[in-house]
Amino acid sequence: MEILSKDLGITSVPTRELELYFGPQHLGMVGNFSITLKVEGDRILEARANPGYLHRGFEKLMEYRTWIKNFPLVCRLNVMDPDPYEMVYAMAVEELGGIEIPDRANYIRTICLELSRLTSHLFWMWGYANMLGFDTLGQWTIGDRDYILDLFEDLTGGRVYHIYIWPGGVRRDLPEDFEEKTLKTLEIIESHLPDYDSLFFNNRLFVERTKGIGKISQEEAIELGATGQVLRATGIEMDIRKLDPCAAYSDVEFEIPIMEEGDSYSRAMVIREEVEQSISIIRQCLKKMPKGPAYKKVPNPFKWKIPQGEVYVRIEGARGETGLYMVSDGEDKPYRVHFRSPSYPHAILILEKLLKGASIADVGHIMMSLNISAPEVDR
Amino acid sequence: MKEKSKVNKKGSLFGPFSAIKYLFKKPRTLKYPFEPKEPFLRYRGFHLNDWDECTGCGNCADICPNEAITMVEIPEIKPEPSEKNERPRIDYGRCCFCGLCVDICPPGSLKLSRDYFHIHFATDSFIYLPKDEKSDKEHFLPAQEYSILKASLAHRKKDNEGFVSDLEYSLFEPERVPMPQVQPEERKLSFIEQVLGYSKEEAKREASRCLECKLCEEACPAHLKISDYIRAVYEEKPAESLKKIFEDNPIPAICGRICMKHCEEACSLSIRGEAVAIRWLKRYVSDTVKDYKTALELRPAKPTDKKIAVIGAGPSGLSVAYFLRLKGHNVTVFDSLPGGGGMVRIGPPLYRLPLEAIDKDVNYIASLGVEFRFNTTVGKDVLFEDIMDEYDSVYLGIGTTVSRSTRVKNAEKAHLALPFLEENKIGQSLNVGKEIIIIGGGNVAIDVAREALRLQHMQYPGKKVIAKTVSLEDWDEMPAKKEEIEDAKAEGIEFNPAWGPKEVKLDEKGKIKGLLCMKVKSVFDEQGRFRPTFYEEKEIFLEGDMIIEAIGQGPDFSFIPEGLFKKLEFTERRKVKVDENGQTSLPKVFAGGDIVNLNLDAVTAIADAKIAAEGIDLYLKGELKAAL
Repeated sequence: MEILSKDLGITSVPTRELELYFGPQHLGMVGNFSITLKVEGDRILEARANPGYLHRGFEKLMEYRTWIKNFPLVCRLNVMDPDPYEMVYAMAVEELGGIEIPDRANYIRTICLELSRLTSHLFWMWGYANMLGFDTLGQWTIGDRDYILDLFEDLTGGRVYHIYIWPGGVRRDLPEDFEEKTLKTLEIIESHLPDYDSLFFNNRLFVERTKGIGKISQEEAIELGATGQVLRATGIEMDIRKLDPCAAYSDVEFEIPIMEEGDSYSRAMVIREEVEQSISIIRQCLKKMPKGPAYKKVPNPFKWKIPQGEVYVRIEGARGETGLYMVSDGEDKPYRVHFRSPSYPHAILILEKLLKGASIADVGHIMMSLNISAPEVDR
Repeated sequence: MKEKSKVNKKGSLFGPFSAIKYLFKKPRTLKYPFEPKEPFLRYRGFHLNDWDECTGCGNCADICPNEAITMVEIPEIKPEPSEKNERPRIDYGRCCFCGLCVDICPPGSLKLSRDYFHIHFATDSFIYLPKDEKSDKEHFLPAQEYSILKASLAHRKKDNEGFVSDLEYSLFEPERVPMPQVQPEERKLSFIEQVLGYSKEEAKREASRCLECKLCEEACPAHLKISDYIRAVYEEKPAESLKKIFEDNPIPAICGRICMKHCEEACSLSIRGEAVAIRWLKRYVSDTVKDYKTALELRPAKPTDKKIAVIGAGPSGLSVAYFLRLKGHNVTVFDSLPGGGGMVRIGPPLYRLPLEAIDKDVNYIASLGVEFRFNTTVGKDVLFEDIMDEYDSVYLGIGTTVSRSTRVKNAEKAHLALPFLEENKIGQSLNVGKEIIIIGGGNVAIDVAREALRLQHMQYPGKKVIAKTVSLEDWDEMPAKKEEIEDAKAEGIEFNPAWGPKEVKLDEKGKIKGLLCMKVKSVFDEQGRFRPTFYEEKEIFLEGDMIIEAIGQGPDFSFIPEGLFKKLEFTERRKVKVDENGQTSLPKVFAGGDIVNLNLDAVTAIADAKIAAEGIDLYLKGELKAAL
């Protein structure tokens, strides 16, 4: 439906159609990504997502690298939430190569994935709040995220790219006092959550700005391939951690926060409530942590060949279903690799749909409410 | 719907003001660099490399996903046989600090530090040859001299190791697939072969450990293409593997059992774990391929009219015959024994090297058209002069065949090692005593002791028997292989290290009563030459009714007429002098094996034979000038 200025009650000032470029050089952009907007007045008539700025050709690159050499590469698919990609690669290799991993590794992997989800959600809060003009919250959450990065540095040796979950388990066992440090960090973050709520999530201004904006129905969400919070905000309890549990997810208890409305507000609230669930999962894992080795040696990397076969593995990343389809033709390298990244449908199909008819001021937070990660779209 | 009650659905207008309290709190931000933040212990920063530990194997460069590591030659480093004088150089424009290089490093010399600053205008400075504080004192500074403001690749902190190697999480397997063996209690009762050999799965698993760094190939005197033939075992292609072996070594069934395996000492996995079982894998290949001829498909080149005599059918004689036959020459091998193998036919006892294994290799070489004349002693059955006249070239691979004696008082009553071993292996087994003393600390002494013990158990079943060795060398300098000593100990052989024989004591009837020994002061002099000294007054008497001397062997040149022998030149260490083509000072005579080299083992003999075969071929083509 074409929206004309007269529909909006503005008749005295003549308007005309304009094309606006939102990104990639834009303060409100999520990364190397852009949207071309066709607007008339304040209303968006049509939006076109332009991915491609971050295309690094990982999937092709991986066909030329041996099984072990691919492992430091995959985390780069998503800077904000790197561990799910390490995880799906490790799972795919283990399934194709028939590698059983020790229990302890599964628990450490779960902790790693949940910490990564926390960093991603805290990072998202910064971006989302900024889009709405709440700069203070972003400073707090980025500060709290840094405490988790410290944990990652302690555990894996890297702050952003952990290069830690690898085929056969994890790369090193938990460092000394890791449990204690983690519990302390979680406590700090948990103690800040009420402040986050009173400053932002319970703030009337936030509620007014986001309720009913960027609304998507359940049917549309399913049709367009939404997963993660985008789908859960429309009232569907879909979480791969429950549906198809990997690592230690079947051994821990947690809830799946859902909302009904499917608007920007609902998506934000789902993410906000997942923080508590992640904290609870990490605590349970630390408590139940089994003893034993955390790594089962993979074959000699210079002679490692994986039998013919194909596999699709998926886990619940911070943004939704993170999947990997991999084919081996029995050689020392994958024959074909394809990633299913949750941001892809969100950033292109759903974003284009939601922006139609929105006002320019809402572009930023609608986009952020979908929790888009540009490197994941392009890869 | 599980919405939490604490979140107000409408939102509060005044709640946000509670954030004001943070105005009165201390900021969480660090005033970096004035408030430093130490990286955690596993931090993956710039590389450190201990140049003393690093072997230059290049595994780091092979595994680097970004090709950031290049191995560069360092001329100042004088490499040992098990090392290369190459060290890794990192291009920090490419490095992603994943640390795979650390996890694959066999000696664990490559580490990541917790340094992460390098700011420089010169892009060249990002290409960096990592060292550590031991090998680079100039750029590694103690904490008090270090400043974060100056931090760079040329200003680094001491004791700042980050991500380091951990064997349990390494990318290689430090432990060997155990070789199935007959247990000491059972094996000491007969001459059953101790080592049972790998199954197909075990061999494949063991072969899969090889990192293909090829340090072993440098260390092997004959430079076998080890990583290639091990890869072929891994790929379940034993025939391919055998072809690779036969390029450099025509006696794999023999070497697969008794090789002194210089390769395994060089194996980079042996530094922190167990070497790849290279010798056992060679044995697996030679045992698995039932018929060499169909597997190898080797044919001698177009026949030449040249005739070569090879004296001695030991490892070097067999090898030189094989290499020359492949070149199309007519080769005749003379040996006084009834079969091939030379010293390996009589020396290594049956439990180590059965005759069938030797014959498998020898028969294959014979099948190529090499003529063997066994039971033919040169100098007696056929004269050396006649050979010199009849053949175009002569190869001396006679080995050291005469056992030396200690020549102490009454030593003539003792047995000598080689006749003892020979009689037992290919003749009639001797009657042994109940308490045997073996003099010597080398591999032959251990062979003699273990063989004597087996004979004792067979001749006195159920009775108490004792076999003990006495050697000049102490535990740490004993020339015998560690594993041989361990096997002997497990079977119950007693050792008396650092004692030297003084006198063989006899009873009234002239029978051996025991051996009087004196304490050794030192075995070698300051120049490292063999010159034992003793504490004459410190004595020990070892009881025994039989003594076997196994203190070394010498060559027997008596078959060479005096006139010719005079012209044969020797080195300072009493070895036959040969040039780089294996040619001696006698015209058309070449030599190799124990009479030439100091290693005194089969694989070095093969290495000599390879050189000499090339030399003889050149000589026969007229491309070599006169002798030395």
